[in-house]
Amino acid sequence: MSLLSLRQIRAGYDARSVLHDIELDVEERQIQVVLGANGAGKTTLLRAISGTIARQGTIMFGGMPIDRLSARKIVAAGIAHVPQGRGTFADLTVDENIRLGAYLRTAAETRQDRERWLTFFPRLSERLSQQAGSLSGGEQQMLAITRALMLRPRLLLLDEPSLGLAPIITQGLFRTLAAIREEAGMTMLIVEQSANLALEVADSGVVLESGQIVLRDSAQSLAGNDEVRRIYLGYE
Amino acid sequence: MTLFASQIVDGLADGAIYASLALALVFSYRSTGIVNFAQGEMAMLSAYLVWQLMAWGLPLIPAVLVSIVVSFIAGALLYASIVKPLSHASLLTVVSVLIGLYLALNSLAGFIWTYTIKPLPSLFPKAHLQFGSFSVSAETAGIIVVVGLVLLLLYLLFETTKVGLAMRGAASTPDSAVLVGVSVPVMLLIGWGIAAALGALSGILVAPRVFLNPTMMFGVIIYAFAAATLGGFDSIVGAVVGGLLVGVVENLVGTYVPWIGPDLKIIVALVLIFGTLLIKPDGLFGRKKVVRL
Amino acid sequence: MNVVIKPRLPIAVRAMVGATLAVVFLYVVPFVIPNYLVSQFATVLVFAIAIVGINLVTGFGGAITLGHAAFVALGSYTTAILVVRYGWNPYATIPVSAALSWVAGWCLGFPALRLQGLYLALGTLVLSITVPPVLKRFEGFTGGVQGLNVGNPEAPAFLPVDDSQWIYFVSLAVAAVLYVIARRILSGPLRRALVAARDNQLVGAVMGVDRATLTTATFAMSSLYAGVAGSLYAMIVGFVSPDTFNVMMSLSLFVGAVVGGITSLNGAIVGAMFIQFVPVWASDIDVSLGGLVFGCALILTLVAIPAGIGGLSERLFIRLCARLGWVEGASAKRSAAAVVGSAQNEPA
Repeated sequence: MSLLSLRQIRAGYDARSVLHDIELDVEERQIQVVLGANGAGKTTLLRAISGTIARQGTIMFGGMPIDRLSARKIVAAGIAHVPQGRGTFADLTVDENIRLGAYLRTAAETRQDRERWLTFFPRLSERLSQQAGSLSGGEQQMLAITRALMLRPRLLLLDEPSLGLAPIITQGLFRTLAAIREEAGMTMLIVEQSANLALEVADSGVVLESGQIVLRDSAQSLAGNDEVRRIYLGYE
Repeated sequence: MTLFASQIVDGLADGAIYASLALALVFSYRSTGIVNFAQGEMAMLSAYLVWQLMAWGLPLIPAVLVSIVVSFIAGALLYASIVKPLSHASLLTVVSVLIGLYLALNSLAGFIWTYTIKPLPSLFPKAHLQFGSFSVSAETAGIIVVVGLVLLLLYLLFETTKVGLAMRGAASTPDSAVLVGVSVPVMLLIGWGIAAALGALSGILVAPRVFLNPTMMFGVIIYAFAAATLGGFDSIVGAVVGGLLVGVVENLVGTYVPWIGPDLKIIVALVLIFGTLLIKPDGLFGRKKVVRL
Repeated sequence: MNVVIKPRLPIAVRAMVGATLAVVFLYVVPFVIPNYLVSQFATVLVFAIAIVGINLVTGFGGAITLGHAAFVALGSYTTAILVVRYGWNPYATIPVSAALSWVAGWCLGFPALRLQGLYLALGTLVLSITVPPVLKRFEGFTGGVQGLNVGNPEAPAFLPVDDSQWIYFVSLAVAAVLYVIARRILSGPLRRALVAARDNQLVGAVMGVDRATLTTATFAMSSLYAGVAGSLYAMIVGFVSPDTFNVMMSLSLFVGAVVGGITSLNGAIVGAMFIQFVPVWASDIDVSLGGLVFGCALILTLVAIPAGIGGLSERLFIRLCARLGWVEGASAKRSAAAVVGSAQNEPA
């Protein structure tokens, strides 16, 4: 059974419906990528899963329906969402961001995880008392991911993690995500616009176009698919 | 002790009261972006509640504690019943509702307790403390100490507890707060509750000095506005520093500038507000807001 | 926010409405109702003038200012000082008040309107509070706490009206003129510019609207209206004293503007009647009820009828005319439906 299952998902803003009849499965310990152009509905998809917008349809998470739950309850169920733009608490320090990530966890769990992830991200431990808003883009992304991991989620949703980052940093970022998957057995659903680097570490992917899934395949096949290469990976 | 020094000390005591009310304003503002025009009237009602509880036989200290707790609840209720439903309303609507609340609460007090002034006993004994050549009344010292303690408690709440951190997170970036599992509405309820409790403190501290009457908080709220503006409406430190500064400046100007004198002192508040808003709109400690077009 | 383009009512309907109003204002009020109420109605007209100013700057200009008492005081004291200390003819002081208030409004407007919404409300509120102490301080000029005795202007001998009826007619004339001017300001391109500047700064700027100057000019205009109201007020009441021009006056005018309808010029008279008569009735029951009624009225209006009584009445009247088939033009049905179904004329 898949960890996450979406059936007949519709979601949108105000009167417009952005997503039409989405069907999606994410297997445990998998990294799945969602490709699509701007406006295709990638962010909306993640928001529908995390419950931060209204949606219709069925979402099953670990065998439990979550489509009627509030965003907070979905967080408590174990889905951590790193939104576009990272969503760090810019006014708070790095350490405070990390601690807030563990809001739903006990003090003991917080202490353990904080140690574990700071070892994983030594750059962050150097900047613990710095204001989060003053970090570089790459560091903020690390912080955002750490913040999400402190929840001890079963599923990590990442919305365009490479946005605004230099290619070499992005490369390091995806390698890190793959390492986290190994280290913590994490399942990830990553949304990316141009995603050649993401497909290198992913297991499978889907292509979203105008609110509908038009292609579903393994990451290798997608990376080798000519259409996909041309449109989404920037190859001629 | 020189007149100057005693004016400063008195100014600090007044300033502590202004700081308390300014903090209340800052709490409501930080979480919801609203200046609660009715904060002073709520504080006035809290002071009247103490009087009423004493009239029913409760001693002073328990009455004060009950009033503060009731005020906390009232503040949270105010958020839930009026402020939250208005969160998407126009500015005009919000301002109008708060002004309406100000008018209604003011009249309500007059209606229930009449406009005759009533005495409210001070929390502090009528004594004088001597430190060498330094003489200060127990009340003045007491006010500064009590407000200082409250500030310390608030500091501990925000800097060391999980709830405090969650509240700061909710005030800073509510969307992200939801994503870590914080209930933003609950945080806002608590924020407005704390604001009301702080207001109650200022009302209870000021009542023994000016006698309890429905228009009692009028002067205080104006200086509290000035203090919050001077400090930066979203800064807790700013509210405290602003309050103390306003208290001291008000006292000094009233004493040493004969042309202004005690009745025209209120102009200090006007100058501070306009001056700050025009010269440094974020106040001394406020944060610049990035306006996204 | 929708700017509703009202369907035109046919000439016959407008003539009927005009005639009814003329009869009421020119005959019923001054001559039929009990005489002691006439000067109260004159005060109503004066409040309505000030409220029209608020409609301009807050309803259409989008700036929440609570400092009207300052400009009313300016107008009142200008008249009082010129009449009492320099022996001026009272009517001649009206243009002077208007000019002074307009200039003061412009001067205050430039810095004040740089403040954002909530802070502007706060700043102007505190301004109102400083008016009585300042007036009391400059005793030599203002007569201090005692105030100045202006006296009531006498009705000309050849007219069959008494003093209070005369001042009522004078107020009516001034109010009518200022109402027409306000209507002119709010028609056509100027109205669109105001609304654009109010609702969407970016769009307004792109459209070439200089928001700062426009809002300052509107503020100056509303100050002029308040000043003229102040002049007339001094003549009606017969004396001026500092404590009249306090925060409550600013807040009362604000309440009147909201209850009447913040964007409804016709509603100004309704709002003015509300703030003149309700406190009197309320305090007959209990002295403290006035503020309570004001406060509740403010809140209830915003919750239940955001367009105010004036706005609501206008809309109902047009709907009634549409039902009766009195709306003219080929698109009558469509435009009537548009009015009926449109969103509120709620200011931003």
